[in-house]
Amino acid sequence: MNFVLKKLATLLITLLVLSFLAYAAFEMVGDPVNLILGTNATPEAAEALREELGLNRSLPVRYFDWLFSFIRGDMGRSYIYRIPVRDMIGEKLGLTVTLTLLGFALTLLFSVPLGVYSARREGSWADRFLTVSNQIVMAVPAFFVAIILTVLFGVVLRFFTPGSFVSFDVSPGRFFLYMLFPAISIAIPRTAMTAKMLRSSILGEMQKDYIRTAYSRGHNRQTALRAHALKNSLLPIIAFLAATVAEMLAGCIVIEQIFSLPGIGRLLMVSISNRDIPVVEAIVMILAVWVMVVHFIGEVVSEMLDPRLRV
Amino acid sequence: MKKLFAKHNNWFFKVGLILTVCMVGIVIIGQFWTPYDPNAMDAAAKAQGPSLKHLLGTDYFGRDIFSRILEGAGATLLIAFFVVLLGAGMGTLIGALTGYFGGVVDEILMRICDALTAFPSVLLALIALAILGPGRLNVIGVLALVFIPSFARIVRAEFSRIKKLNYVSLAKLQGVGHLRIMLRHILPNTLPVLLPAISIGFNNAVLAEASMSFLGVGVSASEVSLGRMLSDSQNYILRGMPWYAIFVGLTIALLILGFSLLGEGLQQED
Amino acid sequence: MKKTICLLLAALMLFACACGKQETGAEARKKANEICVGIAQDLSSSLSPYQLATAGTREVMFNVFEGLYKSDSAGDFKPALATGHTVSADGLTYTFAIRENVKFHNGAVMTPADVVYSFETCAANSVDSAIKGVLANVESVKAEGNNVVIRLAAPNSDFLAYVSSVYISPAAYTDQDTKPVGTGPFCFESRTVQDSIVIRCFADYWGPKARLTRITFKIFENATALVTALDAGSVDLVAHMTSDQVSGLKSDYKVLEGTMNLVQALYLNNAVEPLNNVKVRQALCYAVDVDEMLKLTADGHGSKLGSSIYPSFAKYFDASLINAYPHDVEKAKSLLAEAGYPNGFDLVITVPSNYTPHVNTGMVLAEQLKKAGINASVQEVEWNTWLTDVYQGRKFQATVSGFDASTLTANALLGRFESTSKKNMCGYASETFDKYMQEANATTDDARRTELFKVAAKCLSDDAANVYLQDLADFVAIRSTLSGYNFYPFYVMDLSTVTY
Repeated sequence: MNFVLKKLATLLITLLVLSFLAYAAFEMVGDPVNLILGTNATPEAAEALREELGLNRSLPVRYFDWLFSFIRGDMGRSYIYRIPVRDMIGEKLGLTVTLTLLGFALTLLFSVPLGVYSARREGSWADRFLTVSNQIVMAVPAFFVAIILTVLFGVVLRFFTPGSFVSFDVSPGRFFLYMLFPAISIAIPRTAMTAKMLRSSILGEMQKDYIRTAYSRGHNRQTALRAHALKNSLLPIIAFLAATVAEMLAGCIVIEQIFSLPGIGRLLMVSISNRDIPVVEAIVMILAVWVMVVHFIGEVVSEMLDPRLRV
Repeated sequence: MKKLFAKHNNWFFKVGLILTVCMVGIVIIGQFWTPYDPNAMDAAAKAQGPSLKHLLGTDYFGRDIFSRILEGAGATLLIAFFVVLLGAGMGTLIGALTGYFGGVVDEILMRICDALTAFPSVLLALIALAILGPGRLNVIGVLALVFIPSFARIVRAEFSRIKKLNYVSLAKLQGVGHLRIMLRHILPNTLPVLLPAISIGFNNAVLAEASMSFLGVGVSASEVSLGRMLSDSQNYILRGMPWYAIFVGLTIALLILGFSLLGEGLQQED
Repeated sequence: MKKTICLLLAALMLFACACGKQETGAEARKKANEICVGIAQDLSSSLSPYQLATAGTREVMFNVFEGLYKSDSAGDFKPALATGHTVSADGLTYTFAIRENVKFHNGAVMTPADVVYSFETCAANSVDSAIKGVLANVESVKAEGNNVVIRLAAPNSDFLAYVSSVYISPAAYTDQDTKPVGTGPFCFESRTVQDSIVIRCFADYWGPKARLTRITFKIFENATALVTALDAGSVDLVAHMTSDQVSGLKSDYKVLEGTMNLVQALYLNNAVEPLNNVKVRQALCYAVDVDEMLKLTADGHGSKLGSSIYPSFAKYFDASLINAYPHDVEKAKSLLAEAGYPNGFDLVITVPSNYTPHVNTGMVLAEQLKKAGINASVQEVEWNTWLTDVYQGRKFQATVSGFDASTLTANALLGRFESTSKKNMCGYASETFDKYMQEANATTDDARRTELFKVAAKCLSDDAANVYLQDLADFVAIRSTLSGYNFYPFYVMDLSTVTY
């Protein structure tokens, strides 16, 4: 319980610090009034709009005003579109979370078999090949993978049509087909990293005394691995996987640009250049909570797997 | 130093070192000599394929892609260098002080570090840069800032571990000053952990710069960098010039590969 | 384990292939008589006819809104919601006969009261200070039977141009921001913020009906994504493309070439050192090689300018100004030496990062200026920063930008250089120029007036107020099966005549 409270306190402090930093940063770069009115408006019109949006108030006043509404669950209205931020974020958040989870599922699906296989055949040609290719794949940035996938599958092979994203409501099948390629782009570098970590974790585990004991009890390498080493070697991986989910969310922002997906990343980038502070604040808060929750789940799962960590 | 490297006689270390030295060497030569002026435009040689005259072809402005990759890789490496220098420098300073002295300041700083490292650093840098605007100095400043916590954590852990060792206590009993203990007795012993972290730091800095510039929040259009070039080269893929993107992507991948192998090799003891 | 991986891979490939060979949707759209238009930016927040803040918004909403008069593709104003008009001898009273049985998109019939309401609302709320300024000179707008009578305080020969920009909307309709209602050939159907805008054919349109049933404007904020989508066939029409973007298009598309109707120039801050020296500005003009710039950025496409009037605005365009400053590096150097800068100076060219053509032009200019000894560098800033610091704050040395004409008047292009204008970003101040502009605006004789505007435009060239570059070539990629796209002499996209 203590542990949960401590986490929660960290989360709250992080949120406060981040939200204030974002507000303060925008203070330096100006408001969206000129952007809304364009080049043909008069300065009087700009002042009137500032008044209307409440932008003529001082920074602390605006920040606390925002903070208190946020605590009450009101994310405010977009400066640019004058619609509730909630309406702008809802569907887009769903898309990004789907993309992240899809990427995560693919990572798990491929990295675990690859890592285990590599460990079982330690030193074999297959293992060496996998180790080398993992190392190389890790060095290729996800966005470069995305570009190559777009060209290969979108333009040359025509498996999907770049830019023709279909929302889930319209056609779930085409939605998932389109999402598959961005998800693969995110998953590929992470799969290599996870497989590599899993391999070294299993090998580390195989050196330990209890595995030697298992050998002595007549287990061969394969059964010893399957019965004992695998479960224990997953432990250090879990924290890494939690970090993976968090990192993937960041990766999504880049990938969404390439595949022109209407996700939270694109909304964030556009809203920053629009100086649409309420939208940016809401997204930053959501991302921070998401990251914290993922790490928290990772720790809980670790505890469940390892009785030693239980207090 | 020699001893430190001598035990890393593994495959990763060797290949990583060779690759990194080669890449950095080529890039350094590129700072003094390029086949063409990287910014010189030539209306007569627009968007050409690789040839003997232009090894990797030219872009829409008739600029030599090979010269630009050399220049761009130099800019990217320079940014990465300053990011790591500042990030590792500040991180080591903070980590050393908090790890050695501990106390309330340590607790507070580590909470902040925890909070910052939990949030994906690339995302943090992205938001900060998007707000601040593009430019080389902004990129260095922001990336260095988000790199500090990870170095601080590593160094702090090492310092608080080593300070409890007998030889440090002994030195204290002999009346050696804090500064001297930290610099002469503890710092050299953190190197086995710090060096791989620095190497991985380079890896991450190159990747981060490329991602930022690719998204248009990194260096500005008039400054060359690998990420910026990759972003530009996207337009050429559909126009029948995929090699531009491939050459730039390959350069990024080779740089990152070199540093990641080096980091990997430094972690493993043969 | 190996088997599992193989199986998984095979399943993935099968899944991809099974769903793979889907049609691009182009056929389906043709069957439904619809098209998808790719646009580069989201429309402005409000779609109200009086709040169309950006050129991109005006361009789309041109299909939805109409004024009493409407420009045709030749730039002539033709009766639209009015059937005709008369002007009193003193040029102060305009009487418009309102077209009968015109329906708004919400089904209401347009009345003279709606017209009066529209003029009043526009005068009070318009985001365009030029229109607001002209309407402030209107003494009264009254409905008289089926006519609307507008009385001006002073004659204004351009009045019809402004009238065509006052879009008519139903009185007391309050949802214009989000659900705009006009009388145009297309009516607004839906909008998804940052994603798309859909308009459809208005069945009760008073004039020749639009040929297409439905048009989706899809927003692609990333130029590469837009080109990729075009290549993949998911859009049917994209305007404002550059020559390198259209150079590799597949045969499914044809490329039409028009002009953007923008005055692209290296705008100089005439109020700061050393650019306040006319010799320095002239040196910049000589140092720049516009032909080479066009070759590098647009394969030679684009029309050279010479002053702040673009060529398709033929009435005021003076072709002799194009070669006022032929490319001459030596002359540039000697002018710099005369001005006291024999070793050149540092010049920062600020460019808005979201406008690729301006960024590219800036990079080429920087290289050209370096050859004349001017140490030019390009600084990219975000559009919002550009608006605030450069446009409003005038904190800049030089910037590459393009100004369009929000109304088809000489004032829309030249007015911003009057020393008293709030839009005078360049800080250009010339008594001669001001005198010609005032005289022109006070004259009702059209020939004399045109002459005066031309002389004013020549002042800008003589003083080298800016380094005038080009009106950018506007490439429209359109599906080969489509026809009927017309270019206008100002920044609009008329889709009512487009058909399969």
